[in-house]
Amino acid sequence: MSQITDLTLAQLKQALGDGDLSSVEITTAFLDRIDSLNPELNAFITISHEDACKAAADADAARAKGKAPAFAGLPMAHKDLFCTDGTRTTCGSKMLADFVAPYDAHVVSRCQQAGLISLGKLNMDEFAMGSSNENSFFGAVKNPWDLSRVPGGSSGGSAAAVAARMTPLATATDTGGSIRQPAALTGTSGLKPTYGRVSRFGMIAFASSLDQGGLIAHTAEDIALGLGLIAGHDPRDSTSADQAVPDYTATLNDSLKGKIIGLPAQFFDERLDPAMRRSMDDVLDVFRSLGATTVDVSLDHIAEAIPAYYVIAPAEASSNLSRFDGVRFGYRADNPKDLTDLYERSRGEGFGSEVKRRILIGTYALSEGYYDAYYKKAQQIRRLIKQDFEQALSQCDLLFGPTTPSTAFVIGEKTADPVAMYLEDIYTVATNMAGLPGGSFQAPLIDGLPSGYQLTGPAFGEGAILNAAHQIQTATDWHTLRPEGL
Amino acid sequence: MSLTSDDVKRVAKLARLGLTQTETNETLTQLNSILGLVDQMQQTETDGVAPLAHPLELTQTLRADQVTETNHREKYQSAAPHAEAGLYLVPRVVE
Repeated sequence: MSQITDLTLAQLKQALGDGDLSSVEITTAFLDRIDSLNPELNAFITISHEDACKAAADADAARAKGKAPAFAGLPMAHKDLFCTDGTRTTCGSKMLADFVAPYDAHVVSRCQQAGLISLGKLNMDEFAMGSSNENSFFGAVKNPWDLSRVPGGSSGGSAAAVAARMTPLATATDTGGSIRQPAALTGTSGLKPTYGRVSRFGMIAFASSLDQGGLIAHTAEDIALGLGLIAGHDPRDSTSADQAVPDYTATLNDSLKGKIIGLPAQFFDERLDPAMRRSMDDVLDVFRSLGATTVDVSLDHIAEAIPAYYVIAPAEASSNLSRFDGVRFGYRADNPKDLTDLYERSRGEGFGSEVKRRILIGTYALSEGYYDAYYKKAQQIRRLIKQDFEQALSQCDLLFGPTTPSTAFVIGEKTADPVAMYLEDIYTVATNMAGLPGGSFQAPLIDGLPSGYQLTGPAFGEGAILNAAHQIQTATDWHTLRPEGL
Repeated sequence: MSLTSDDVKRVAKLARLGLTQTETNETLTQLNSILGLVDQMQQTETDGVAPLAHPLELTQTLRADQVTETNHREKYQSAAPHAEAGLYLVPRVVE
């Protein structure tokens, strides 16, 4: 058998069920790997040694009595914006550096009920604002493929931890690409479900009409297993969809014969990097060999998605983050001279620079006299984008394109220019604007670094995305490639 | 449209966000570059397009007006920087 930490969640589940491995063995193996690699990678903010070991022993005991839930004793880790009762939840911010939530997020409870063990909390860009994981109060996360490069963001800790085999499964969130972009840059699989598919209860809010929780793992199969646990209606989130959750694993092996893959012209125009185009062509060749056909489609308003996103997301963020006032929870400035000073200094000292920029942009866009020019205009463009997707998806089953313009960039390369950083999400943002499900999966390496392709489906089409990605993963070995030396 | 240093201070005041002078200066350049990106929206024809607030366009769900939660005041206040006797403490606002 290969090393325990090399196994996928599905393989670990099988080994545990067959009695080949115990939860204590599995959990200890991952914790040891975290301890040895985390000082370099910085993927974890909090490591839950004691709780995880105790839960593993309990899971083994329950399994011996035949009373264990399906995923009992299997390890995972949570992005540090999912609230965990009793373990601190920092959101990558000084503002919440010591915050211990008084309840569990819905996603956290569902994982716990299924028997999954949390190994700890994963690093991220502060308040999920960023595309490189350089905006964390707890320091940048390194890409396991090249320590001088970023892992992407904002779920950079989730992606790096899976890529480095510190956990087989990680929760993540995606507001404009924060699951798909880091998955692409680290050679992992990531899925952003349909808006409303996974409850946002207990997920610290960034932009409420765009935020969606999802997963990063090695394979589409592992994501199918995990999504079945966290998806579904939750009355505590008023935007949670009351829709039945299918068995995502049941359709993984469906044939792709006759399936139509749509290629949006705007993803493949002259601006696409030639190496990335070759990588995408390699994936498309496999789709065709599996019986799928392709059709050219158009997303006419894709170029406006980034400008409109940088109104809507900061506007919603400026409202959501007004709750951090130094009074009820979080950081509080020392010796405030009056209430205004308390608010202004607690927020000024507690938030990092990218968060401040977005609060200011959002406050400006929503301030008196600017509503029509910014927020309303952005929401009108949002409808045009959604209509583009409806039109394109009426001609095909799934849309295909690169997840990112290029492979992982060097740490520090884009920090001085926020707009250059924002354009990193040029292929992913529109999916959030339309509320559709999108996944990023492993494509061939480019000069030794991972690249990713993106599949976007109709609302609640997660099963079709995972099916297509699983078929590619069955026919290729790109998802099994691992960073050398780790 | 270009912001001035006074605009940044005004918006920061609205957001109750304390900025140092250095931060205000740095932020000014960056905000103007972000607004340059955002202003690309104005090229798009949107007359008669209804704004889209939520992707699924769900109507707000309602529930029966029944008590479903118990009181967790003590636990919730345990995360507060300064709380006493069930109250959140702030600097004096009324003399």
